[in-house]
Amino acid sequence: MEFEPVIGLEIHVELSTKSKMFCGCRVEFGGEPNTRTCPVCLAHPGALPVMNQQAIRYLARISLSLECSVPEKSIFHRKNYFYPDLPKGYQISQYDQPFAVDGQLHVMLDEKDYRVGIERVHQEEDTAKNIHGGESGRIAGSTYSLIDFNRSGTPLVEIVTRPDIHSPQVARAFLNKLKNTLQYLDVSDCNMEEGSLRCDANISMRPVGDTGLGVKTELKNMNSFKHLEKGLTQEIIRQTELLKNGEKIVQQTVHFDVTTGDISPLRSKEFAHDYRYFPEPDLVPLIATAKFVDGIRAEMPELPEARAQRYMKDLELPEYNAEVLTASRELADFFESVTEKTSASPKSVSNWAMGDLSGYLNSTGEHLATKSVFPEGSNICKLSPENFGNFVKMVDEGIIGVTSGKEVLPEMCKTGKSANKIVKAKGLTQISDQSELEAHIDEAIAGNPGQVEQYRAGKEQVIGFFVGQVMKATRGQANPKLVNELLKKKLSG
Amino acid sequence: MVTHDDVIYVAKLARLKVEADDLDRYAGQLSSILSHIDKISELDLTSVEPTSHVIDLSNVFREDEPRPSVDRDEALANGPEVENGAFRVPPILES
Repeated sequence: MEFEPVIGLEIHVELSTKSKMFCGCRVEFGGEPNTRTCPVCLAHPGALPVMNQQAIRYLARISLSLECSVPEKSIFHRKNYFYPDLPKGYQISQYDQPFAVDGQLHVMLDEKDYRVGIERVHQEEDTAKNIHGGESGRIAGSTYSLIDFNRSGTPLVEIVTRPDIHSPQVARAFLNKLKNTLQYLDVSDCNMEEGSLRCDANISMRPVGDTGLGVKTELKNMNSFKHLEKGLTQEIIRQTELLKNGEKIVQQTVHFDVTTGDISPLRSKEFAHDYRYFPEPDLVPLIATAKFVDGIRAEMPELPEARAQRYMKDLELPEYNAEVLTASRELADFFESVTEKTSASPKSVSNWAMGDLSGYLNSTGEHLATKSVFPEGSNICKLSPENFGNFVKMVDEGIIGVTSGKEVLPEMCKTGKSANKIVKAKGLTQISDQSELEAHIDEAIAGNPGQVEQYRAGKEQVIGFFVGQVMKATRGQANPKLVNELLKKKLSG
Repeated sequence: MVTHDDVIYVAKLARLKVEADDLDRYAGQLSSILSHIDKISELDLTSVEPTSHVIDLSNVFREDEPRPSVDRDEALANGPEVENGAFRVPPILES
């Protein structure tokens, strides 16, 4: 019997508001422990929560971008459980009347379109941070824990998908698309290393062709794309083996160890799933009027698809370029400021941005200077939009060759200098001087009578050999177009 | 009817200590609360919206403006054990 995986994701997003969800403590990452707390987020008796309006706007933006419907009324519930990072003994969350329901997000993978249903989007608050003492630094085997309440009460939005995903690759592509969408919405920095975007996955197997759901397990804290894909792949293997051996899957939370690739069950907390939800009496209902929702809709930032369409229509970019650029907000924003600030050809700018510039950023881990928020300690690339645009123009105008350009661009990124300065300092200006080029061409022809013979006998591709010779002699600085023209003239003459 | 086991279970969820002598009394009291709710359920309430809040008020917000937090020493003053500016707690998972 063949089995197929059924996967649903739960994603938690920390909102980038200035203050916490229910109190005025500042929201930031890191800092000295317990320096951003107050009676509300420490749960002192008598302290009362008051809702952050900006968080609700962000929540609405997320809901609308996922094409959810927003019921007029939603209410908050208390989710009761005891854990040291939860000072009240309950988390304020939403239960049977969430803010938004029934949405969808489409994901493209290998030119196939996958629709993933969104079950619900709701508002809650983050917990404090535990630092586990003891040798392993992990919860298992720790001898004590230290609690830092700086994160306690940070606005957290939970997005729950329907079990519509049937491969680890689509799960990864979905998370990637969702992250990109959230970045376009300006609601979170979506930094997975720092935990502002976190993903849990529910997974079960069923015989291919079945429509029911099998017993599921939960993979918690899949905190990178790779981690998610690998963890799911391992869990699929584990469950499939059990089922093929006629064994049963136990419903439980499992831990995926990135370093060893092992899946192991987490010790289950007793009564872990009896949360005794009840309406939060300290918060009045949230009414999302049509006027409020329309207002949010009107101020929605442009999403990747719309931006790609605009690049194709207004800037005449090929579809592929438009899609690659907009798949990263950072790259798209940078591209846009280059086209606004310089007169470089958008298509050439996009090619260099997708090619050599992206290559440089990937290999160095640097980020482009844009309004996106990057992880603490990230290196920002020194390349300015103006310098990049002027560089692309210089290549397009033949002032420097493509080969030299590939040398100049990383230097610009490293130093922040203009292409002009680097080209001058390195003597990389493209040689378009006819007499100088002719001298090199004559030399190449004189030194290779055999190839001349071949060319004249009709083997025209030999011209590439001569271009190569001239390029070698000029250290790649010869204007290839001109060399070609001159060669043809001389060889046939 | 609420059983002794139900009382023990609920007490455990709420981290309450219940003496064996009290089980009968609590089971009786909880049963009477539940039977009162059953009584309400006998009515046709399909057109009545559930009341989550008794005050007719909605959308109480504050602006997203940070306010000063409390001093850390003050924040930690109630912690039975403190280490490196953090609350220190016993191991979370039983070994």
